Amino acid sequence: MHIIVCIKQVPGTTQVKINPETNTLIREGVEAIINPFDENAIEAALQLRDKHGGKVTVITMGPPQAVNALKDAIALGVDDVILVSDRAFAGADTWATSYTLSQTIRKIGQYDLIICGKQAIDGDTAQVGPGVAEFLGIPQVTFAVGIEINNGMLKVNRLLEETNEMIELKLPAMLTVVKQINTPRMPSFKGKIKAKNAVVTQWNAKDINAEENKTGLKGSPTSVVKIFTPPPKGGGEILKGSVDEAVDVLVKKLRDRKIC
Amino acid sequence: MNYGLTEEQLMIKELARKIATEKALPVRAELDETGQFPWDVVKACAEANLTGIGIEEKYGGIGGGTLEYCIATEELSIVCGGIALSYSATGLGTMPIILFGNEEQKKKYLPDIATGKKLAAFGLTEANAGSDAGGMQTTAKKDGDYFILNGTKQWITNGGEAETYSVIAITDKSKGARGASAFILEKDMPGFTFGKKENKMGIRASATRELVFQDCKIHKSQLLGKEGQGFIVAMKTLDRTRPGIAAQAVGIAQGALNEAIKYAREREQFGQKIISFQAVQHMLSDMATQTEAARALVYAAAREIDSGSKETSKISAMCKLFASDTAMKVTTDAVQIFGGYGYMKEYPVEKMMRDAKITQIYEGTNQIQRNVIALELIKEMAAKK
Amino acid sequence: MSIKIINEKCIGCKICVPVCPVGAISMVDLPAEGNAKPKKKAVIDLDKCNLCGACPSSCKFKAIEIIKEDVHVVDKSQYKGIWVFAEQYENNVHPVVLELLGEGRKLANELKVELCAILLGDASVEGEAKDLISYGADKVYVAIADELKHYTTLPYTTMISKMIKQYKPEIVLFGATTTGRDCASRIAARINAGLTADCTGLAIDKETKLLQQTRPAFGGNIMATIICKNHRPQMSTVRPKVFKKAVPDKGRKGEIIKVPAKIDQGDLLVKVINIIKDTTVKVNLSEAEIIVSGGRGLQAPENFKLVEELAEVIGGAVGASRATVDAGWISSHHQVGQTGKTVCPKLYIAVGISGAIQHLAGMQSSDIIVAINRDPDAPIFKVATYGIVGDLFEVVPKLTRKLKEVRG
Repeated sequence: MHIIVCIKQVPGTTQVKINPETNTLIREGVEAIINPFDENAIEAALQLRDKHGGKVTVITMGPPQAVNALKDAIALGVDDVILVSDRAFAGADTWATSYTLSQTIRKIGQYDLIICGKQAIDGDTAQVGPGVAEFLGIPQVTFAVGIEINNGMLKVNRLLEETNEMIELKLPAMLTVVKQINTPRMPSFKGKIKAKNAVVTQWNAKDINAEENKTGLKGSPTSVVKIFTPPPKGGGEILKGSVDEAVDVLVKKLRDRKIC
Repeated sequence: MNYGLTEEQLMIKELARKIATEKALPVRAELDETGQFPWDVVKACAEANLTGIGIEEKYGGIGGGTLEYCIATEELSIVCGGIALSYSATGLGTMPIILFGNEEQKKKYLPDIATGKKLAAFGLTEANAGSDAGGMQTTAKKDGDYFILNGTKQWITNGGEAETYSVIAITDKSKGARGASAFILEKDMPGFTFGKKENKMGIRASATRELVFQDCKIHKSQLLGKEGQGFIVAMKTLDRTRPGIAAQAVGIAQGALNEAIKYAREREQFGQKIISFQAVQHMLSDMATQTEAARALVYAAAREIDSGSKETSKISAMCKLFASDTAMKVTTDAVQIFGGYGYMKEYPVEKMMRDAKITQIYEGTNQIQRNVIALELIKEMAAKK
Repeated sequence: MSIKIINEKCIGCKICVPVCPVGAISMVDLPAEGNAKPKKKAVIDLDKCNLCGACPSSCKFKAIEIIKEDVHVVDKSQYKGIWVFAEQYENNVHPVVLELLGEGRKLANELKVELCAILLGDASVEGEAKDLISYGADKVYVAIADELKHYTTLPYTTMISKMIKQYKPEIVLFGATTTGRDCASRIAARINAGLTADCTGLAIDKETKLLQQTRPAFGGNIMATIICKNHRPQMSTVRPKVFKKAVPDKGRKGEIIKVPAKIDQGDLLVKVINIIKDTTVKVNLSEAEIIVSGGRGLQAPENFKLVEELAEVIGGAVGASRATVDAGWISSHHQVGQTGKTVCPKLYIAVGISGAIQHLAGMQSSDIIVAINRDPDAPIFKVATYGIVGDLFEVVPKLTRKLKEVRG
């Protein structure tokens, strides 16, 4: 069984600061990581491979430094990695990204299952997985929190807002996974040595037969006109006094505002 | 500072730190309270290949040495000495097999330990045989192709959780120093049971139990090394693993130091952060210098052992002695710097102080270590004639 | 060249450097002229730059420009009207649809076009169409087929794509629900439309008449305004509970148009074999107006009782931080945060929650936030409207008691 996992290298912003003068985000000293949901996707693929046999290939579309995310994937134990990179891909929105990734997958050729993380923590769109599925013409199941394979049949447990939905479908398919699906394994020492010595395959737009007007900024239906920081929340009040006093004040304030 | 560590050693450090931060840190307070075994952390160590550090690649390990083992143990200890011990104690139980096991025994036991599938433990101490290991009373009576074990081992780390046990027992009391032998035992062998889990002052995430042998019959193929080599097995094992305990102590000290610095930078009294007071600065400087010195001794001992040198007893004893005394001092000072808060369980340093104490006691009390060092000094001087 | 620094405008102030998430901007010295001090200019490493659009907004001097070619894709004049996808589950229209009709009405009025709803389901769904009209739809396009009773991706995608192709709306809005996000992204890929996810703001640009879609990124730390210049329709999934529900007018007139729906057998690739409702969830968290959430400070799973009692007295739903869900204290359906649910209630009470950025991402837009935590430095207090620094085991029971008292 060949499983392809699509990942994205994202800035590891857990603590963002805002420059009060310019009101812009300060992203200094932030290292790049594999998008956390994609770590779950890799783990899901590895677990299926460990159980059923086969191969896991991880691909990513990104600038040259995205090769580090792929090396991190090698350290986790995946079998193969491919970087698809080209200046022509810069500025791609989710449509162009989905197209580029699907062309990459077409070039790889044979696969049984595509797994993506639910969304990237910088873009937060959750659109690329379904986009890839559409371009490849395969069925999709999103928000997977459990995956089982039996004789070419996939059984997927979807985590929806208030329910769990059990879906059955045949391979090949595309799944996006949520964080609750698994706990990603630790990278191994042997994996890190392999990653250190690995030479990562790199393809450009020509290699994947990508049409110029479908990639990058040019191929993107949407574009960003403005980025700004939301007005600071502020204006908070710490209620002083004894617990009884603070509770009394709180209840009065909430009642005054007709909340309860 | 990179301490002249190789790229691979730095990888091990990074992996251990990742596990310590992501897996051990969130649960250390809870495990200290409940005394539960940190299976999740050990599993993560297995995934990262850290459980295979001391084992040769042909048996599934990564072929590292004492220094690599110390690096991993120290990183985990910075977060929690008890959790770190649950990882590192397997190294102690495995060392007799590595040093004295024959090919069949190595093939049988090492791969599962390397992959973290099974843990190991070392059974030497008894109720009446602590520092005086020679006073042990567990016997292994020869019976044809078998040995029958009777007796009780006390305070065995990983007891009950491990599957593989290296146990020293008396095979011939009349032979004195040559009267003991080492054996490999497996959990669930008939006649081998465990006592209650001990309720300890510190390192509470580590499991400590009695090993109870009642007519436990084992095949002679379980004998480790030659009959009568038991005490040699024990001494050589402890020589090699002492730096591991020292590394645990260094980690505990470093963890306490880190917390103390962080706290002193935040706590304000008399209109200033307390770290601006010279009294506090001097305490922190001493704590940091001693910790760094302890680390240097541990690395020196580990490197000496890994170089294949025979002159390892003295430096090994020194690093354990110094590091454990340092851990006790640094953690006590850390509590002092935290003041009243340091005494409260909500803050992490009182646990570190409780964890540090054992490092001065086990794997040879610091008094025994001083004996060892003195004997080596005498030997060295005598040889100079 | 898609991005460039306009050298004449760049004064070397360096503000753009830390704004770049991939560190592609650096400063270089220009050759000094005579005795003058050497000036610095910004330079972009095109190998690193991914044209994310963060830097142009940050430059006060408008010295950074991203150039996008104007391509002709479709005849935009052919596309008119605003559509709202009327998501339904068991023939109950999702509340977000009413919010979309409310906001859609404003947009339709500005553009002077029709507001329509599209409703898919089996024969029993037809009754909902009238309600959609009373909530503001001028037209309701209804597609009936047994296979459309319960949402699955491909039948819905094919049906809606066909309808879009036939009727050519200029804007299509979906709720950013699991269904909406699953469906809209497939449709947008199929019909080469621009889709913006999880919008919290929609407006019509007065000059260009384009839909300006504003939405959070980086877990809500920044807001981005997106447009879809040349592709049609402009599609958005819209975050629930942000816009106000439309006010119904039973007398409102509108047209119901039945669209023939023949389902392609090739689309029937997945089977829904079971649906399990989470019985512990008594009130739908995303819909709740009041949420009381518990975090690690509760120390043990039994203590969620305190949160539940307060929630019951105050008429709210129970939420949870990721830490408590990971620890197995409560089911993941209660999880609020970046990897859980995003909620926007009138009142959010955070009990024993430190306020890690991943949690804040899920609730910081709540109207009123009350934080109860014993750590005065907990980040939650920075976003709280009211904070009580104290032992939750004392505060929460007292609060519950006081509320019981005053509410009678």
